[in-house]
Amino acid sequence: MSDALLPGQFADLETFAQEWCLATETERYAKRLDSSIGELQAFYDAFFPRIEEALAYCDQYPLDALPEDVLNLMYLLYSLVAVSYSVEAWHQGRIPDTGASAITCVVEPVP
Amino acid sequence: MARWPKPPEGSWTEHFKLSTAPVPHEDSISPEFYELEAEAVFKRAWLNVGRVDQLPRNGSYFTKEIEVAKTSVVIVRDMGGEVRAFYNICRHRGNKLVWNDFPKEETSGVCRQFTCKYHGWRYSLDGALTYVQQEGEFFDFDKDDYGLVPVHCDVWEGFIFINLAQEPEQSLTEFLGPMILGFEGYPFDKMTERWFYRSEIKSNWKLFSDNTAEFYHAPVLHAGQMPPAFAAPNREAGFEAPYYQIDGPHRLAATGGIRPWEMPEGMFKPMEKALQASLWGPWEPYDIGEVPAGVNPGGLERWGNQSYQLWPNMVILFWSQGFYFVYNYWPTSYNTMKYEATLYFPPARSPRDRVAHEMIAMAYKEYGIQDVNTCEASQQMLEARIVSEFPFNDQEILPRHLHMLCVDAVNDYKLEKGLVNQ
Repeated sequence: MSDALLPGQFADLETFAQEWCLATETERYAKRLDSSIGELQAFYDAFFPRIEEALAYCDQYPLDALPEDVLNLMYLLYSLVAVSYSVEAWHQGRIPDTGASAITCVVEPVP
Repeated sequence: MARWPKPPEGSWTEHFKLSTAPVPHEDSISPEFYELEAEAVFKRAWLNVGRVDQLPRNGSYFTKEIEVAKTSVVIVRDMGGEVRAFYNICRHRGNKLVWNDFPKEETSGVCRQFTCKYHGWRYSLDGALTYVQQEGEFFDFDKDDYGLVPVHCDVWEGFIFINLAQEPEQSLTEFLGPMILGFEGYPFDKMTERWFYRSEIKSNWKLFSDNTAEFYHAPVLHAGQMPPAFAAPNREAGFEAPYYQIDGPHRLAATGGIRPWEMPEGMFKPMEKALQASLWGPWEPYDIGEVPAGVNPGGLERWGNQSYQLWPNMVILFWSQGFYFVYNYWPTSYNTMKYEATLYFPPARSPRDRVAHEMIAMAYKEYGIQDVNTCEASQQMLEARIVSEFPFNDQEILPRHLHMLCVDAVNDYKLEKGLVNQ
């Protein structure tokens, strides 16, 4: 019996999975805004070097039949997308000069 | 230094016979103008309210709150499969017919009939009143006199349009005209992966429309989206559109198809490289088959997007890599609006493909939020009434055209209603 969220070969990312396996864009974006740039950078630095390995792992399965741990890995990849702009472009969580503005994702593809 | 040839007249603005003078912006800050614009523009034009994908079955419906017309409309696929629209009002005591929890919130679902929450009157999905609670208590009463009030509704290429006029001045296809009809046959029906976004913006709807109708701002406002190696020369060069077109009240701007991924390392972000996708879409285009020549009426050899601005408040934005966005702008007061954006992709074929879509959608949002906040800043200062005009340049021809059309529509309306002294 294991509480692991991710497939075994990604066990070293479990601490990030606990925080970042979020099913909706709204949750992921809120998490990004609630995190410090240090936290975003740490997640990015740990996961970005593994991105090709993660994509290849997920690609063993059809999109409409992902086992739960693979689905979690997908959510972690979506979160990596969400934080990538903060790390690669803005060097802060929020997009500069955007104050309280928001564009809310109401409908998105599942998974 | 022009990178793209201008028309023989020397500018796009003069080519389309528009004035080159600065444009007053009172139309974006005046409550009085807004009230007239509601009548002259929004209660007369065909308005896109969604796509048939949102009505997948007979009995599927959704409601649309149209604040600028102070009304609500329910759009439904009736039991015969026909798409219809009705004012969202019960004929008995005027209660809103279809809503859940909060009367002002939009809703959707599937039903066999509409039942009013108040006294239980029922309507079939073609609008007929079919049941009245204690009908015998009413006087000289005929149910046939109390069907739902229809709204003109038509569907083109899967896009649902309504018209709030008693009698529309034009049919939908007359209204759309040759330029828009030119992309009939685009594989809209293949793009079933849908992302839908909403934002409430504290600016006049035209200011936000102006933002998406010109790309002159992009190398400046959005410079930080790209690595410095790309952003710096891009800003230095500025933006020029290779092609503009105006057809009746509708407008088109094309972009020139810069492809950072064909450039050296350092011109794109690491995540874009890893996923082979960015705002421009997937680096390898989707196979969507032949698209109608009308998507690219300028016959450009390469292009990034073709941004069609449909009068008054809709954008269809085609991307060369084989997907499209729709924007709808809904005024809610003279200085507030609702912005809706829908991204349509061919369904992701694999997990890798799906993650790439996430990247494209995220890029859309990163750019969009910058646009939203900037328009709020503009509205605030325009309302200070320190200055009264915009000097629009040739790359801002489409905003110029929109303001001109709105002012003309309001002036014509005032003449028609005797609201001005001749």
